[in-house]
Amino acid sequence: MDLVYLAISATFVNNILLAQYLGNCPFLGVSKKLETAFGMAAAVVFVTILAATFTWSVSAYVLRPYDLEFLQTLTFILIIASLVQLVGIILKKMSRTLYNALGVYLPLITTNCAVMGVALLIAKKELGFIEMLVYSSTSAVGYGIALILFAGHRERLQISAVPKSMQGTAVALVTAGIMALAFMGFQGMAS
Amino acid sequence: MANTFTETLTAGLWRRIPPFRLVLGLCPALAVTMSAENGLGMGLATAFVLILSNGAISSLRNVIPSKVRIASYIVIIATLVSIVEILMKAYFFPLSEQLGIYIPLIVVNCIVLGRAEGFASKNPPFISMVDGLSVGIGYAISLTLIGSLRETFGAGTWFGIPVFSESFEPMTFLVSAPGAFITIGALLALQNIFSRWRGEKFIQG
Repeated sequence: MDLVYLAISATFVNNILLAQYLGNCPFLGVSKKLETAFGMAAAVVFVTILAATFTWSVSAYVLRPYDLEFLQTLTFILIIASLVQLVGIILKKMSRTLYNALGVYLPLITTNCAVMGVALLIAKKELGFIEMLVYSSTSAVGYGIALILFAGHRERLQISAVPKSMQGTAVALVTAGIMALAFMGFQGMAS
Repeated sequence: MANTFTETLTAGLWRRIPPFRLVLGLCPALAVTMSAENGLGMGLATAFVLILSNGAISSLRNVIPSKVRIASYIVIIATLVSIVEILMKAYFFPLSEQLGIYIPLIVVNCIVLGRAEGFASKNPPFISMVDGLSVGIGYAISLTLIGSLRETFGAGTWFGIPVFSESFEPMTFLVSAPGAFITIGALLALQNIFSRWRGEKFIQG
């Protein structure tokens, strides 16, 4: 039951994008079209789960037992950066279709703070292995949901008459704000 | 020389002030600006990293092979961020608790990497540090501005000091998540209006 609670909380209530404000640069960058948003969402889910697993293992078996927690930032970013490179190479070799679908988004993910943010939140909350898996996958799915929904909004925005000074990023941010308001409605479900 | 110096120094304060002109580094701009104090603290921490990382990267620009430059930049930046993290825990503990995971997340703040790649990798150390200073201070000013707006109207205080009389009902909405997005959106729109009024080039679009 606790795991269900954790899952709902990570996906909706504490949505990584709209309530924790992580990963906003790619959020505004790739959400102009629904197709690219799907690609980015899939890539984020994939990399977040992998990165969380690796950083969790390093943090639990190396950093914490040897009192090296001050190296956390450095290790995590290096793990994530090299993981992204490695995933790119492996995907290229193993599955051409998957690489074509996700490949272009992979380099962007290194600087996506959602991946690093999830890893850091897990370390901060000191979750166990199963909880870590649930938390990272549901957080990433929450990110994906918000990204895809937002891309739908932005496609509509392109054909509607927006005041001149609000065009572009300004109106996108206000739309995101209204979406965040809607997500606040989930607050009663879990905390 | 003197000309490029002043130009670099002032560019970050208006012509490419982040996160408005240079739409980078939005995550901390949204996340930590609940109050003016948090905004200022975050801005100064980022400015510190930016100055030193620009200096270090531009001193090493002829040594780092271009193929692995991004990875090397990340290592340099991560080291500096760890230093900031430890210093803040030692001297500003309450602030570092409030900023939480957003301090280590300076590593993935696109402004730092963006200035490293866009400026420091092509220019000598001194001018790069000036660029870091100007963009960093610009970022700190913006974050403080956003924080001030949200804190004044959302909580009725500024840097913790009450500014309104008792009868003022704070708009709590501004302090919570949606308020952040809408405040920055509104500020961007204001800046667009201002740019158009001055007849400057319309950047966002």
